[in-house]
Amino acid sequence: MKNIFAVAGVVIKELYRRKDFYVLFIVTILICLVMASINIYDDANIVRYLKEVSLDLIWICSLVVAVTTTARQIPAERENRTLLPLLAKPLTRTQLILGKFLGCWLACGMALLCFYVFFGALAASREHEHWPLLNYFQAAVMHWFMLGIIVALSLLGSLVFAAPSSNSTICAVIIGGILFVGRHLDQQALALREPTRAIVNALYFTIPHLEFYDLRDLVIHNWPLIAWKYIGLALLYAAGYMAVFLLGACLVFRRKAVN
Amino acid sequence: MSTILRTEKLRVEFRSREMRQATKIALCGLDLEVGTGEVFGFLGPNGAGKTTTMNVLLGFVPPTSGAAYLFGIDVRQPIARQRIGYLPELTYYYKFLTAEELLRFYAKIFGLPRAVADQRIPELLKLVELEGAAKRPIKSYSKGMQQRVGLAQALINDPDLLILDEPTSGLDPLGRMKVREIIQRLKNEGKTVFFSSHELGEVESVCDRVAIIHQGELKALGRVADITGTHANLEKAFLAIIGFQLQPVS
Repeated sequence: MKNIFAVAGVVIKELYRRKDFYVLFIVTILICLVMASINIYDDANIVRYLKEVSLDLIWICSLVVAVTTTARQIPAERENRTLLPLLAKPLTRTQLILGKFLGCWLACGMALLCFYVFFGALAASREHEHWPLLNYFQAAVMHWFMLGIIVALSLLGSLVFAAPSSNSTICAVIIGGILFVGRHLDQQALALREPTRAIVNALYFTIPHLEFYDLRDLVIHNWPLIAWKYIGLALLYAAGYMAVFLLGACLVFRRKAVN
Repeated sequence: MSTILRTEKLRVEFRSREMRQATKIALCGLDLEVGTGEVFGFLGPNGAGKTTTMNVLLGFVPPTSGAAYLFGIDVRQPIARQRIGYLPELTYYYKFLTAEELLRFYAKIFGLPRAVADQRIPELLKLVELEGAAKRPIKSYSKGMQQRVGLAQALINDPDLLILDEPTSGLDPLGRMKVREIIQRLKNEGKTVFFSSHELGEVESVCDRVAIIHQGELKALGRVADITGTHANLEKAFLAIIGFQLQPVS
């Protein structure tokens, strides 16, 4: 376990010492600030609209951070050959994969925490009635677990596709496809003939349904909280997918020559 | 003297894309034994299979057939690497970390207690003369300084076996002398050093035994004096063993 935390620590250090991360972070915050300064007729709908745009931005930013950070981990280690002195130590490849995953996931979590705290403060400055703290908590936790699935998927991709750029692009396309099309696959399957219908149905039940984790409306419209048992089930579902992707990554990496 | 490093009929084949999936034999039935406290030189021209042998010993590359053992443990077991230190040919370290952070990270991987690491890290930084630059990121170091960080990280766990892949490559004469001094010091402490080098004069001066490989095959193995034999020096013997004919200058 110590080895996993040591590797995770280095991943987090690397991310927080990269300038591009800060640029992304500052640009997101600046755009949110500009959005928050707009005040038209003191209309509540406008505030909701601004919240939606800001949350969209946070979602895009978090997805970019998760995919780009994870996609480059193992390829960069191979390219810079930092993998050699590392694997010459009593560190197993499984520990390395788990450490990389944990580091990227925790780093995403920290970035997300900053975004949500900032967003919450911004929203609170515009909405004076009440501040739905638990709604924010549910949305942030679900968002973080969704990023966990994406980090695990990108890590697996980084072992299959050697170049970080191609892995980032492919992962972005897959994640975009799941988010926008995944939820409609079962409906689409009804209009198809066999065996295509069976294939599309199988795909529907195989892919991780990332849309479960999209609780933006809960925050935007101040909807009532979702029952905690459903949140718990969704987190278990995410943990299952993370485990499957990480197992795949470990199996691919286990026999790979690193010279 | 017990055996600390052993290879048995080690064979490594690579499928080369450039050669349209033809098989390239990198190592062909290599048998080696290195005993405790030896300084062992591993020699060969470029592409002979030195780095491949080290890669197998460190678990980077699985052998096609045969086996390799460190301290009697199969090299595929990570525990086999608990008591070794490895210095790669070039500096492959996290450039965004400082030397101190890098050493602390590796100390954690070796499971060194914090108190031991706190004591060992300044000692090593002093040994490689980097105590003044310990808080600077490695990316700001010169090549020689980076190589010295490499040496420090190879010694962090006080290893019983040190595997050095061309440790003096790219170093200035002062740096080379320092590396030689450290190897000598380790030898005096009873540590085993297994290193590859193209600096045959250096090998002659510090090694107890040497092995010469060429095209993946072991060509000679023995004490430096035995290998040199009737030749003027190790370099001449090396050239004769790998079948290189010196052309007279016209």
